[in-house]
Amino acid sequence: MSFAVPTEHYLLLSGLLFCVGVAGVATKRNPIVVFMCIEIMLNAANLGFVALGRHYGEAGGQIITMLIIAVAAGEVAIGLAIIVSLFRTRETINLDEVNLLKL
Amino acid sequence: MSEIPIAPLVWAIPGLPLIGFVLNMLWGGRIVRLFGDARGRGIVGGLATLTVFGAFAVSVVALSQLLGLDPEHRRALASLIPFAERVPWIVIGSVSVHFSALIDPLSVLMCLIVTGVGGLIHLYATGYMADDRDYPRFFAYFNLFIFAMLVLCLGESLLLMFVGWEGVGLCSYLLISFWYDDEGNARAGNKAFIVNRIGDVGFMLGMLTVLAAFGTLSFRTEAGTGVLDLAAQGRTAAGPLTVGLASLICGLLFVGACGKSAQFPLHVWLPDAMAGPTPVSALIHAATMVTAGVVMVSRMSVLFVQAPTVLLVVAAIGLFTALFAATIALTQTDIKKVLAYSTVSQLGFMFLGCGAAAFGAAMFHVTTHAFFKALLFLGAGSVIHGLSGEQDMRRMGGLRRHMKVTYWTMLIGWAAISGFPGLAGYWSKDAILGLSSGMVPAGMVFYLVGTFTAFLTGFYMTRLMAKTFWSESRTDRHGHDPHESPPSMLIPLIVLAILSVVGGWLGTPWANAFERFLEPSLPEVVVAEGHGGIPHGLGLVIGALVAIAAMATGVLAYRRAPGCELLSDAAKRSNPLYRGANALWGVDGAATAVFVRGGGRVAELISTWIDRRLIDGLVNAVAVVTGFASEIARGVQTGYVRFYVKTMLAGVLAILAYALLSAGAR
Amino acid sequence: MEQHILTLLIFLPAVGAVALMLLPIRSGQASGGSLAVTAVSLVFAVAELGLALVAWSGISPGMRGFQFRVQADWIPDLRVRYDVGVDGLSLMLVLLTAFLTLLAVVYSTRVERRAREYMVFLLVLESAMVGVFCALDLVLFYVFWELVLIPMYFLIGIWGHERRVYAAVKFFIFTFAGSVLMLVGIVYLYVQTGSFSLVDMTTVGSPAAQGLAAIPARSLMWLYAAFALAFMVKVPLLPFHTWLPDAHVEAPTAGSVILAGVLLKMGVYGFIRFCLPLFPAQMAASAPLFLAISVAGIIYGAIVAAIQPDMKKLVAYSSVSHMGVVMLGVFSFTELGLAGSVIQSINHGVSTGMLFFLVGMLYERRHTREIAAFGGIRRVLPLLSALFMLAAFSSAALPLTNGFVGEYLVLQGAYLSDHSGPVYAAFAALGMILSATYMLWLFQRAFCGPVRHEANASLSDLGAREKLVLIPLAALVLWFGCYPTPWLRMAQRIELAVLPGPVRSAESNALTHWAPPREAQP
Repeated sequence: MSFAVPTEHYLLLSGLLFCVGVAGVATKRNPIVVFMCIEIMLNAANLGFVALGRHYGEAGGQIITMLIIAVAAGEVAIGLAIIVSLFRTRETINLDEVNLLKL
Repeated sequence: MSEIPIAPLVWAIPGLPLIGFVLNMLWGGRIVRLFGDARGRGIVGGLATLTVFGAFAVSVVALSQLLGLDPEHRRALASLIPFAERVPWIVIGSVSVHFSALIDPLSVLMCLIVTGVGGLIHLYATGYMADDRDYPRFFAYFNLFIFAMLVLCLGESLLLMFVGWEGVGLCSYLLISFWYDDEGNARAGNKAFIVNRIGDVGFMLGMLTVLAAFGTLSFRTEAGTGVLDLAAQGRTAAGPLTVGLASLICGLLFVGACGKSAQFPLHVWLPDAMAGPTPVSALIHAATMVTAGVVMVSRMSVLFVQAPTVLLVVAAIGLFTALFAATIALTQTDIKKVLAYSTVSQLGFMFLGCGAAAFGAAMFHVTTHAFFKALLFLGAGSVIHGLSGEQDMRRMGGLRRHMKVTYWTMLIGWAAISGFPGLAGYWSKDAILGLSSGMVPAGMVFYLVGTFTAFLTGFYMTRLMAKTFWSESRTDRHGHDPHESPPSMLIPLIVLAILSVVGGWLGTPWANAFERFLEPSLPEVVVAEGHGGIPHGLGLVIGALVAIAAMATGVLAYRRAPGCELLSDAAKRSNPLYRGANALWGVDGAATAVFVRGGGRVAELISTWIDRRLIDGLVNAVAVVTGFASEIARGVQTGYVRFYVKTMLAGVLAILAYALLSAGAR
Repeated sequence: MEQHILTLLIFLPAVGAVALMLLPIRSGQASGGSLAVTAVSLVFAVAELGLALVAWSGISPGMRGFQFRVQADWIPDLRVRYDVGVDGLSLMLVLLTAFLTLLAVVYSTRVERRAREYMVFLLVLESAMVGVFCALDLVLFYVFWELVLIPMYFLIGIWGHERRVYAAVKFFIFTFAGSVLMLVGIVYLYVQTGSFSLVDMTTVGSPAAQGLAAIPARSLMWLYAAFALAFMVKVPLLPFHTWLPDAHVEAPTAGSVILAGVLLKMGVYGFIRFCLPLFPAQMAASAPLFLAISVAGIIYGAIVAAIQPDMKKLVAYSSVSHMGVVMLGVFSFTELGLAGSVIQSINHGVSTGMLFFLVGMLYERRHTREIAAFGGIRRVLPLLSALFMLAAFSSAALPLTNGFVGEYLVLQGAYLSDHSGPVYAAFAALGMILSATYMLWLFQRAFCGPVRHEANASLSDLGAREKLVLIPLAALVLWFGCYPTPWLRMAQRIELAVLPGPVRSAESNALTHWAPPREAQP
């Protein structure tokens, strides 16, 4: 067991991945890229869950991870659908040109 | 309390007219259509008249049975609902009011006047209103009025009296605005009802005070715990009856009396009430309803005698109203207006009597006045009928040749109201004046001013007779001569004329059967003769002289007057007294300006400024402020996803930084 | 049946509404569809009135405690219960609700636009109102209380007149803003007493009552303020009344009738049912304020009513005035005043309801409510005019009409109350003059005089449907006025109401058991 990677390393990697994701969401104008960044963030969280689960010897971390993967799949389906319909109606997917949420 | 055999039938006194009202109101129109115009109208009018005479018959029986009892036992309770004892109306807590009647001399006397004179006027109206298109409605209202007046007189508690009290106000409204196609009539009806309501508020507050003080509203009860029973013993439900409390109650009730009996300053409605058909004026605004105030004060006289200040106020207002209205009557040209102001003036005399604690004399004047004033009004109605609706005395004259019966009966009415010796008005008016002279402060002032007013009465009535019957004809009708009225109108005139002559003989000073009869209903008041007052004999002589002098002056003055006008037009314009009186001394104008126009302006201001601008403005301001604030706040919502993400990121970082820093600080 | 009569009463109209929604007709469908809608809604409205009468006959004046009480768990974790029961007060109001709703349904059979939805909303409204008057659990009460707003909002907003949206939103937000604070109060009460049950909180010795007694006076005052605000807006008392004229004027006729007839009474009911038992001392302390604004409301409402050019607005403001009378009675804290205010509540429902129906009928004929557009129509519409006059005089409290009984009792009660009652009674009595003024003036301008407008000359008098609506009301006006005894008896049967002053008695809380407050108070 001595070759095991310490939990801190996993968490560090998870944090880095998360930051990459955040940076991408915050800066990219293409919703598909934004989406991918969100996926990175979700997977960063997954990594953290699994690592901590293992650290504490509990199954909860993996259960949550499974749940997240399932939710993420659903989210992608809906998100892509939105992007497609957005493109159909607006003929652009540049996020800086879409402000339908404005009151 | 005693039992009288008629008690199970007392309900019929107000009940019969009520039945007449319901039948005529619901099916009167159908009857006229079903039986053809002439016969249908006969049925409708006949039904209305018969119900009133039926009530009269029951009242007469009640009177005879009452007379069969000892004077101190002439008091009985009876149910007003057929075949039932003591049916409750409002019974809750300390309020316990049943549909019951108090039969005593006062109520029976009023029933007799109301149904007797009322029945005659019904008969008269079958002729007078014969061609009116709303004939059934008229008689329905007329019966309703008799019903309300009888409830007022018979009710065994103040609240039941109030039912009649408001009821006559309602009927007055309905009948004044009977010809509602003219909006002026509707306005006059409103004025009558609203001014009456002002008085009613006084009555209501007095009544509230009575319940608070005496714990009951019944006048008399079997157990001797009625308001009057207690007040006669000088106590309330809880303790002694103080002068202050008695004065408060009587003062409030007198406000009510002022409204109903058209005393200054609430007299303004009565002359306007002449907008109604003439039988209405005769019945309501002369013979019966307007005397309700006097009846109420007499009914509550046990309380009133314990409030000497209020009595003085009553006398003063009565006297002032009598004089005030008499001066106005001198200048009016509308025959009904003259009689209306004369009524106000005569009512003033009645209140003068009440104020002098001469309630018997006041009620006597109520009685005789009912006879001769009904006669005068019906006579005037006959004249108006004969002239096809003309009411202006400037376009009358010389009618004695065309309308003989009307003329002779009016002549008797004129003599009776002026106080010609021997006739009805002579005895009652002089009884009041004689007793007023004995009032504690300023009795002689009351007597002298009253006597002067009596002189004015004789004079303005002579003026009316001269302008209508004696002088040369000034009618400008073409073709159609003034005609005498049909017998249905003349018979009541003749009966009333007879009553105006003999009615006073019941109450002559030496054989006053009238006051002895009423005594059980009235408090024992000691008005010692010769106690500052003038002796009876002298009073009678002075009264007779004044009346004859007034009539003679009038006759002489108008005999020589050109065109039957004492003053030329120029003199009328320049004479301030004439102008003042002719302008009703400005009271009506001021009341209209203040209450109608001023009140309207105030209401307008309140509605616009306080309600719409201030209160609703504040409400809307809240909405506007909310909208404005959200207008600012919505600037944050750019709609750009990346903006939201960055904001969120900044928030997360801020929280993280705070957590790290505070953790580090610890 | 006996046991579940209240549950039936509350949910029968809702079932009717569901049945209406399930009717297999398309909304565009013509006469056949609307006939079915009419039939179904009439059946349910009649059945509801029948049930209410059954309940009425099943309660005898001698009984103590809430009748037909049903209790069941609703949200057990929060101890929220389905707890319903009636006493004389609530039964009278339930009867009034069922009666007025039936008349509203009969009157509204002529509604053509989206008739089905209209009837659905009317029936849901009825359910909610009956629920308000039966609920004894605070949460249940609150749910029904707010539920009332929803159908009324749509009734005003969809079938109203020109400014309907403004009026509907104003009505909703105004009354909702008033009542959310009540929710806070209810939650606070729960936290302190561990119960939502009104009966528990007022049963001497129960843990909930002890919890209530332990609340400090300051907090109680705030609690009372939260409840009172909700009820004041609903009544409405003076500064919170401006939603009323807008809502009344813009609502369709049936909506105005229900609004004036029942919704305003919910505020009065709230004061008597909840504030009196829960916060008697606080209520007594606030009496001078409330007496003053009640009296001010009587006079103010009447003055403003007098000069309205719009008939419906005039009647609406007269409601402000009349509700002032009702509240004067409540805050007189006398047996007479309280019974008077209950009677006056019912009577106001009858006579103002009648006036709104009449104004609605005039509107149907001329499509205007401007008084100036009428004039002289008494000659053209004799029956309508006669009934209008009856309603007007009933509104002006003429003796032997219903209005008088309540008004007299309230005035007498106010006179007898402490807190310088005679002064308030004197000012309130001025309302007698003013009410006669605005009603008669309205009658004069709209009905008397010559026929001024050509369009008025050929109007037709009441039809069968209109007679069916008005004649029961007219009969009630006279019946209440001449023989109010049964109603007076019921009006005295107010459970739990504690007239401030006397101590709570353990054996029964019924009002009739209390000595008159004058004697009880030092």
